[in-house]
Amino acid sequence: MKPGILSPYCEKDISACGLTGIISKKGRKIKGEVIIKSISCMDERGNGLGGGFAAYGIYPDYKNHYALHIMYNDKKSIPVTEEYLREAVRIAHQEEIPTRKVKAIVNPPYFMRYFVNPPVEIHEYMAHESEELREDNYIVKTVMHINSEIPGAFVVSSGKNMGAFKGVGFAYQIADFFMLENYEGYIWTAHNRFPTNTPGWWGGAHPFTLLDWSIVHNGEISSYGINKRYLEMFGYKCTLLTDTEVVTYMLDLLIRRHGLPIKLACSALASPFWKDIKRMDEGGKKLMTALRMVYGSALLNGPFAILFAHSKGLVGLSDRVKLRPLVAGEKDDMVYMASEESAITAICPNPDKVYRPDAGEPVIVELEKQN
Amino acid sequence: MQINAAGCHYRTLNQQIKDAVKRGEKSIELLNVNGQRYIGDGISGETKIIINGVPGNDLGAFMSGPTIIVNTFAQDGVANTMNDGKIVIKGHAGDVLGYGMRGGKLFVKGDVGYRVGIHMKEYEDKIPVIITGGRAGDFFGEYMAGGILILLNLNNEKPERAVGSYLATGMHGGVIYIRGDIDKYQLGEGVGIVELKEADNIVLNKLISEFCKDLNIDTKSVFNKPFKKLIPVSKRPYEKLYAY
Repeated sequence: MKPGILSPYCEKDISACGLTGIISKKGRKIKGEVIIKSISCMDERGNGLGGGFAAYGIYPDYKNHYALHIMYNDKKSIPVTEEYLREAVRIAHQEEIPTRKVKAIVNPPYFMRYFVNPPVEIHEYMAHESEELREDNYIVKTVMHINSEIPGAFVVSSGKNMGAFKGVGFAYQIADFFMLENYEGYIWTAHNRFPTNTPGWWGGAHPFTLLDWSIVHNGEISSYGINKRYLEMFGYKCTLLTDTEVVTYMLDLLIRRHGLPIKLACSALASPFWKDIKRMDEGGKKLMTALRMVYGSALLNGPFAILFAHSKGLVGLSDRVKLRPLVAGEKDDMVYMASEESAITAICPNPDKVYRPDAGEPVIVELEKQN
Repeated sequence: MQINAAGCHYRTLNQQIKDAVKRGEKSIELLNVNGQRYIGDGISGETKIIINGVPGNDLGAFMSGPTIIVNTFAQDGVANTMNDGKIVIKGHAGDVLGYGMRGGKLFVKGDVGYRVGIHMKEYEDKIPVIITGGRAGDFFGEYMAGGILILLNLNNEKPERAVGSYLATGMHGGVIYIRGDIDKYQLGEGVGIVELKEADNIVLNKLISEFCKDLNIDTKSVFNKPFKKLIPVSKRPYEKLYAY
């Protein structure tokens, strides 16, 4: 059987997005085939208009460089982008992202990856001088510039020792296209997309990433407008026409820039109801009230289940009333999270433990040792 | 008969099941099921289907008569709009079980997720029953219009939380029995907690004995704690919502 036993009947099915993620807490490498097998169980949740993967630990040779995966819709944008990159960053290595011809994928964009570091002067002044000159903020600015100013070029991912691979197709077709069987990572996430109210295009497939954050999402962010305007105040530009983009930037803002612990950041995105805050102890009441006041514009409204990965861990979170499914499983040092339990049992037939996290209750998994 | 479901698309698998039911097979055992949706949907008759592996969403939807035994656990949407028959799950199950269920029985040994038994309804002798051995999430019995929902809260890792919030919000028919405590904040609008009467004990005894027999549970371990009974205080809880 081919992975992704997609309907021999090939017609439109009523469905919703599917997501899955794996992490080895010991940082052991997991082969690409594993995540492909898992996501392919949920072809029914997508409709072939978007599939994608994020993988961590795949570029050990350049692990101290930011790996920019850039998608070119138009080959004319390549010289423009590369000219900009040569000015903006130091490129240690660049190459085409290997792809193979896949029958179902017609007219794909062109993909390059660049392993870069900010200019030397950024290193010297860094954090002390100003926020702008922090190395990671400099990379964010570079990404935002390419996405918003260079037509036809989009940064698909920009973290260290990680990368996103995504496009229009079922996840297993995208995996085939990018030859993901050749990669090994200690964290993987994957997504089968069923676009509802935003276009199914290559940049709109999941995961959405920034630096080493990557998000896959099932649902719909109805608060997109509020979230987007809030993020714009901090220099984020939403250019990818899909609601999920705001989740990525919001986590970057709350966790990396504002220094919130992951659990608290999750409480800002899926904050407890006032009726539940009322029942908390004084400390909890104070904290949650403050969080809701300060980060009211970070609240995500609408149904969602998300997996967000970063270089040190994997987090699963569903909305406050659980309008989208999320299941987690554990076996030894492996943790699995997915929309459906079958996506876990497909790659781990006998998990030690399976559980369904409560609404708004994050499942936070961290690496045992630094990778 | 046995059907090996490994690598089988759900439509191919379900067609084989339907053909077997049509031929009058009395017992069908499915092997290596993993995520195939809609198993047993819309079938009727007396067949018994035994599932090994993890059945996909909407197991037994619109089913009218057969029995399904799941040896492991199940996902979301089991017994969606089920009309008659019985589904027994030996592990836990997911969200939105028994949505709009109109008859038959659904027994789950372990925990269940959110929105279980919402929109259940009954008509004359068609009274759907859902019994859950573990705990349940929010919106248990939301908009319930009929039928019987029983939550046993056994082997609960979080015993203080037998059931979530918005319990039976908008309930206007049927009855819910919960073994354990309920805090007032969990209760939805328009629901009242009342004392159990003799008739309730007869119903509970009968149904729980059947549940315990099917799932190998000691009946005594269930009746060592009192039950709470929930009923609607109004047949039309939202009648006056927009009429002032």
